[in-house]
Amino acid sequence: MTVFTILILGFLIACSVATCLHRTLFTSIIIFMAYSTVMSVVWAILESPDLAITEAAVGAGITSILFFVTLKKIQAVETMDKEPEGNEQETK
Amino acid sequence: MSRKRSDYRSTFYSRIENFVNGREEFLLYRPTGRTEAEKLESLEAELTEAADLLDKREEQQRIQDHTEPRDFLKRFHKLYGVVATLVCLTMMMLLMITVSWLPRFGNASNPANNEVIKRYIEKGQEETGAVNIVTGLILNYRGFDTMGETHVLFVAASCVMILLLIAEGKEKVSRYANDRQLEPKNDIIVQKVAGFLVPAVFMFGIYVILNGHLSPGGGFSGGSVIGAGLIMYVSAFGFKKTERFFNEHVYKIAKISALCFYICCLSYYFYMGAHGYDNHIPLGTPGNIISSGLILFINIFVGTEVACTMYAFYALFRKGGL
Repeated sequence: MTVFTILILGFLIACSVATCLHRTLFTSIIIFMAYSTVMSVVWAILESPDLAITEAAVGAGITSILFFVTLKKIQAVETMDKEPEGNEQETK
Repeated sequence: MSRKRSDYRSTFYSRIENFVNGREEFLLYRPTGRTEAEKLESLEAELTEAADLLDKREEQQRIQDHTEPRDFLKRFHKLYGVVATLVCLTMMMLLMITVSWLPRFGNASNPANNEVIKRYIEKGQEETGAVNIVTGLILNYRGFDTMGETHVLFVAASCVMILLLIAEGKEKVSRYANDRQLEPKNDIIVQKVAGFLVPAVFMFGIYVILNGHLSPGGGFSGGSVIGAGLIMYVSAFGFKKTERFFNEHVYKIAKISALCFYICCLSYYFYMGAHGYDNHIPLGTPGNIISSGLILFINIFVGTEVACTMYAFYALFRKGGL
């Protein structure tokens, strides 16, 4: 196992733990996106490039976008300039 | 059976009767349509509504003032964390123990290395004509499995449609307007970057689909790449520009025809295989683009289907329709 592989596997574990433990959902999803991107590199290292393509397109692209849109639908994304209403903050 | 109406005085026939009896001028007189009783009723309804609202607010205040449930919630959250950690650790331990019992990866005497794998690897290219053994395996040897997976995807798309599809009308328009409120419209950076990237993404997706039997990839991967490109285009330029080339009409035609042709191709395989007939479709020379029989066409149809489904998911989530 090369140093590169070990580094990438460590990054995977760190990403998965950070996804679970992070407080805001928005950041969790971005970390999850990073996880999927690194996972596609891992698939390429394991000599299955077809899975790498699918993981990069579905895992990092479409799944995260659907997560973002869902967050927006349930109004869980805080915008930069406008704070959400008081009762919305409490429900989170 | 006739019944007595309490509001007879406000009806059309009572006015005709009054006109006949000479009590009022029919053509000039326009009653407001609401009698005293109705007015009273609506007033009462409003009052009860207001009272209900007040009750609700008082109750909410009581719940907020009450400290006991909050303590209970805090205790519950603490317990929840402890129990969740315990469950996770137990699960991890079980999985680790199971992994330690598994045979060594890549061992020649593993139960997975049987005559099936041997047949696939040795005769796969010869029998299916596909250089990419994985595609030949998925779409030819295990075509029935793949059909089931396609059905799963179709059912998922139907469920999302049942949940999120909004009928034509005012609500759709307002929902769409609400959705676009929060984001910057026509961001120039996103548009420029998308202008460079989207054609490349489309080209890559088409390449992956068309070379599914020669190089890594296939219908599903290429279709999802094209779907991601479509989503990127929509988020950069908005739905109005996308609808010039990809609207509900195109979606329906593309999706339904792709599904039908896909089922036709697979039915041919199933029929010929089940009856023991020879496959009459020429396999061509392995390595050419047009080779490996029906696999190329199945890849194209699956790619179209997947791209449409991915885009439909996004559009349904965003504006409740295509």
